[in-house]
Amino acid sequence: MANPLRREVRQLYKNLLYLGREYPQGADYFRERLNSAFVKNKYVTDPKEIRKLVDCGEDVIKELGTLYYLKEYSAMKKRFYEEELLGLLNIGRPTD
Amino acid sequence: MSRVLVGVKRVIDYAVKIRVKPDQSGVVTDGVKHSMNPFCEIAVEEAVKLKEKKFIKEVVAVSCGPSQVTETIRTALAMGCDRGIHVEVSGKDYEAMGPLQISKIFAALAKKEEASLVILGKQAIDDDCNQTGQMTAALLDWPQGTFASEVTIDGETVKVVREIDGGLETIKISMPAVLTADLRLNTPRYATLPNIMKAKKKKIANMKPADLGVDMVSRVEVLRVDEPPTRLAGVKVETVDDLVAKLKANGTI
Repeated sequence: MANPLRREVRQLYKNLLYLGREYPQGADYFRERLNSAFVKNKYVTDPKEIRKLVDCGEDVIKELGTLYYLKEYSAMKKRFYEEELLGLLNIGRPTD
Repeated sequence: MSRVLVGVKRVIDYAVKIRVKPDQSGVVTDGVKHSMNPFCEIAVEEAVKLKEKKFIKEVVAVSCGPSQVTETIRTALAMGCDRGIHVEVSGKDYEAMGPLQISKIFAALAKKEEASLVILGKQAIDDDCNQTGQMTAALLDWPQGTFASEVTIDGETVKVVREIDGGLETIKISMPAVLTADLRLNTPRYATLPNIMKAKKKKIANMKPADLGVDMVSRVEVLRVDEPPTRLAGVKVETVDDLVAKLKANGTI
């Protein structure tokens, strides 16, 4: 049945679009790639195929979440933990 | 089973390039992207995790400020908090608002809501005060576990591993307590669209500082805000001898 899958596909698109607003290369860049990825699979009818593609999309959502987290984490690390980073490189420490 | 209060602050997004206002009274905030303070995200995540592990029953997200802070509360609700409290502060009071006023508000709310834990981010990335958690604990006369990189609840006590200069310190404090979250405490979950939609059903209560008996008068006045000094261009030298000569010339060696 294409109908329940249709709803899932639409929801996946909306979820990805929402996440893509923060994409580093720009929301428009993301939206273009998102659209072409969905349009490319427009004529797929086999429900198993669709399921696989949807799961693929879910993975992308997880990857985006991780990407955004890593970006924020490394920015915070650089900003607030500079001493630690310098310590690791043995720079800026007074010698006894 | 207990209730946890989590403080969330709406700040200028960490990735935005900050600009000082021409009159040097502050930074430009109009039209600038705002989001939840990164350390507050970590605080929310910890509270939600504790609830998922069934150590606590309810997580209440609290934010102080004008109507826009409800967006930040909504994000906290999308991350798993049960309900929100918006303490309305606007205009001059909001501009002058600092850790002292916030901690008074949180202390009053912690008592009113009978919270067992107050979890805050260790500091805000806009003012870098790192005071609110400590002041809140002092006002409540509660123990504090600050710079927490690991939190374990054991009955009526909490074991907190703290990030300190030179390493880690483990302490055991009794509840109720105030904790402040450090960077490595956890990995905050991203608020996806389905979670945001679900969170729309959760309630956000509205109140004013006066309802909690808190006076917002500030004892601090901002005199001036300056840009940091521009980095001087580096100087290139041809040989090691040149380098040594230059370092000697400017007194470094």
